[in-house]
Amino acid sequence: MTAAGLVARVEHAVKKPIWGCQMCGQCVLHDTGLTCPMTCPKTLRNGPCGGVRANGHCEVKPEMRCVWLNAYERSERLPLWRGHIDNLRPPVDNRLMGTSSWANFVTGRDRQAPEGWATDVESRA
Amino acid sequence: MSNLEHKLDAGEFVVTAELPVIDGGGIVEIQRQLEPMRPFVDAFNATDNPSAHAHCSPLAVSIGLMQVGAEPVMQLVCRDRNRLALESDLVGAAMYGIENVCCLTGDDVTAGDEPETRRVFDLDSVQLIALARVLENGHYLSGRPLSPAPHYCVGAVENPAAPPYEYRVRRAAKKALAGARFLQLQLTFRTEQLERFMRAAHDTGLSERIALIPSICILRSVGGMRFVAGNVPGLDVPPEMVARVEGAVDAEAECFDIAFELATHALAQPGVAGLHFISFRKDAGIAALCTRLGIAPRHERESHGHSASVAL
Repeated sequence: MTAAGLVARVEHAVKKPIWGCQMCGQCVLHDTGLTCPMTCPKTLRNGPCGGVRANGHCEVKPEMRCVWLNAYERSERLPLWRGHIDNLRPPVDNRLMGTSSWANFVTGRDRQAPEGWATDVESRA
Repeated sequence: MSNLEHKLDAGEFVVTAELPVIDGGGIVEIQRQLEPMRPFVDAFNATDNPSAHAHCSPLAVSIGLMQVGAEPVMQLVCRDRNRLALESDLVGAAMYGIENVCCLTGDDVTAGDEPETRRVFDLDSVQLIALARVLENGHYLSGRPLSPAPHYCVGAVENPAAPPYEYRVRRAAKKALAGARFLQLQLTFRTEQLERFMRAAHDTGLSERIALIPSICILRSVGGMRFVAGNVPGLDVPPEMVARVEGAVDAEAECFDIAFELATHALAQPGVAGLHFISFRKDAGIAALCTRLGIAPRHERESHGHSASVAL
């Protein structure tokens, strides 16, 4: 196994049981009240859709509480990163699926948005 | 610049409406659906596979609307297209002079009649809004030049009736930050939900930054009322409202009264830029409701100017 593969294994072993980590390779748990947005059936990165049921459950999986409802409530309770839920998060880089976000954080690879996004959107936000 | 954008910039009251879904029949069918409400409506939403049911594409319907001289609001949802397809539809829209676009997440595939479909959601609605603004800056998402740069009047939707209620205004603010110019608010049958949202939008200054347009739905029957109460994701209908229609001698008249009451309530909120009407079939309901609300036909508003207070 390569070193990168080993790091990804370890990361998954730690984050899967706690947060249901889907190994998107560009972790934003700190922005989302330590709630993995990739567990949302629509994989939304910027907040809940309009389909949340009156009881707070998911439009797609009625038995599951809305991931973003959890994210919002937890982010309000976190001592750190509280306002981060309002950050404008860029589209997912699908090439990073299955790779270690820890390794991508160290190299800065997880923060490389498409050029058009980086020049227009990030400068505005 | 689209007429809708011009009116929003000028602070004039706007009326938008959902065009019923189109499945064929060409321009004649678009004309037929349009005709009863046309005198009152500034721009018509061409929906994008609503409730995850396939219909004629919003780009094709929007082109059809342009051809009959009506202004479209092209809806785009994130459920069915990846970012490449969304970019090409946005650029395709601009090619035909379609500037009003409305960016939505989209109902899930499980709400539709082909629930076995692969859901896409490559972008979310906030990212789709930002994408439209990226194109406006003269390049694709990759940075590759796009010339001439298109121009859009970008809109989106927010749902004051879905939890987490106190977070919805912040999500709306994020859509404004991403570049949305207007928000067509999802239907609310509970007046307190719209009231809470509009008050918070007013208090945080959001209604100064983005035009807020509540939606009003005209239903016609007990069955219709029961359907929206039980089947539309993110919509919460008070049981007493369903009971009121069930107990009415004339259910259609009762539904119309409810729509009138909800619209009157919406118009009384601070920072309302216009109204968005939804009626699920071709009829004169929207025109009749505008008349009862005191909203003048479009040509009169355009020649005399109009403000929301006139409508009361």
